[in-house]
Amino acid sequence: MTPRPTSAPGQKASSPMRILVDLDKCCGAGSCVLAAPRVFDQRDDGIVLLLDESPPEDLHKAVREAAAVCPASAITLEERD
Amino acid sequence: MSTDTDDQVLSYPLPAPSALEPPPEWVQLRERCPVAHVRLASGDSAMMLTRYADIRQVLSDPRFTRDLSADGAARTTANEGGSAFENAEAAALVSGERHQSWRRLVMKWFTAKQILAMQQRMETMVNSLVDDMVAKGAPADLLASVGFPFPVWVICDLLGIPDIDRDKLAYWSNTMLSMTQYTQQEIDAAQLEFRQYMTAHITSKRDNPGPDLISELLTVVDEGQRLTEQELIFTAQGILVAGHETTSNMIGKMMAMLLADRARWEQLLQDPALVRTAVEEALRYDANSGFGLPRFLTHDAEIAGHSVPRGTTLVCSLSAANRDERAFERADAMDLTRTPNPHLAFGAGPHSCVGQTLARTELQTVLTLLLRRLPTLALAVPPDALPRRTGLLVGGLEQVLVRW
Ligand code: HEM
Ligand code: SF4
Repeated sequence: MTPRPTSAPGQKASSPMRILVDLDKCCGAGSCVLAAPRVFDQRDDGIVLLLDESPPEDLHKAVREAAAVCPASAITLEERD
Repeated sequence: MSTDTDDQVLSYPLPAPSALEPPPEWVQLRERCPVAHVRLASGDSAMMLTRYADIRQVLSDPRFTRDLSADGAARTTANEGGSAFENAEAAALVSGERHQSWRRLVMKWFTAKQILAMQQRMETMVNSLVDDMVAKGAPADLLASVGFPFPVWVICDLLGIPDIDRDKLAYWSNTMLSMTQYTQQEIDAAQLEFRQYMTAHITSKRDNPGPDLISELLTVVDEGQRLTEQELIFTAQGILVAGHETTSNMIGKMMAMLLADRARWEQLLQDPALVRTAVEEALRYDANSGFGLPRFLTHDAEIAGHSVPRGTTLVCSLSAANRDERAFERADAMDLTRTPNPHLAFGAGPHSCVGQTLARTELQTVLTLLLRRLPTLALAVPPDALPRRTGLLVGGLEQVLVRW
């Protein structure tokens, strides 16, 4: 539900990550693009555009931040432990 | 569980001990009374929310409406952010069914890409304002010199308004948002002049379109539905009112918070890459963000285990939520490196601030350039003597006197 700040980066050493975005919820604020510009972009109309749905390890921290700060809670992450 | 919230009726907004400190009651309210009965200045009652999770839930649920013109809704004078669309026609544009299509039209001008394209121009604006401030010499009011003009200049740029008219826009904006500083006559006059100006501006953009929001809105067709000229004026007015005072105040409060404790400023001087997270933390830590966001319940709801009946007016205290220890570790400490920082300073859900990427970029630009150009910057008054702004609908400081 509420994205509580996670405080354990690096914990999931080599686990894959899959990103899901809910285009209907997206309110176009662009916070995800600021947090993780290599993974998220916005279409011309402002709605989120996912550039990489399973980004490499070094981007995971930024992606978790993007998901946490999305004001519309439109980004969900599937991370396997 | 003690759910009886009627035994203590607080007056809202709660008084804060000083401009940068939160009201002491927040901790207890979050702990024991997350849905608290309050009395507003109008005499009407409302329920105040203080917990992060509850406020996020309410703001994300479109059934909690922002339209307070409904029968039975409490009378607030809250005019923060997008609620600046105060007359009925303007309100219809930004609440209910029309909201989404309106937002989609406006949104494309506030994407990260669009805003980053403005960054260079923003730097030029801030540099020229800092030049003027430095030329006049210390001590100077950082708010009047930079914080107040800069966001209006940016909005003028966005709306395609020529530089020579910036001061007029600043005056109208300030007057339209004021509650006590100006007479009703002055407020009405400002509104009228602004609308006349915008009407003429729209006509000139129709003949000579440029790379600006007004020209774009004039041509774009959303599902066959254009904005009427009236709606275009409301949009421009809404953006001015929602994007000026809020950002000006935040520039003042951010700088005051960062300079109030020298260690914070030193940390940024040593590592300017912290500007991005520092701005977010300033937004979270701001204890004085104003009235909060009102919402009206059109159906019975359950919040924090309490049943709240239809017809209730809620007031979501964003600053209280941003200090909620359930959501943020060491919520009471200002940590310039905090990541992620999902604060609620821009609201949440479908109405969350459409200008937030712009506001963030403005705050980052100001902070970066002040660090670079005036590393010896310091407050010229003790932090607890910073004069607060009254008579305006958004919380802020009256003045931020600095030297360097
Ligand atoms: C630090 C500065 C700012 C703060 C703290 C702020 C805060 C907010 C908040 C809390 C809301 C939500 C209102 C609600 O849910 O009832 C909002 C909405 C809005 N803001 Fe901002 N804002 C800022 C800057 C800006 C800027 C720079 C602009 C544009 C130039 C802007 C334009 C808007 C608009 C148009 C809305 C209404 C959005 C909608 O209803 O869909 N804001 N703002
Ligand atoms: S942060 Fe969320 S709401 Fe904003 S553009 Fe990205 S997905 Fe959409």
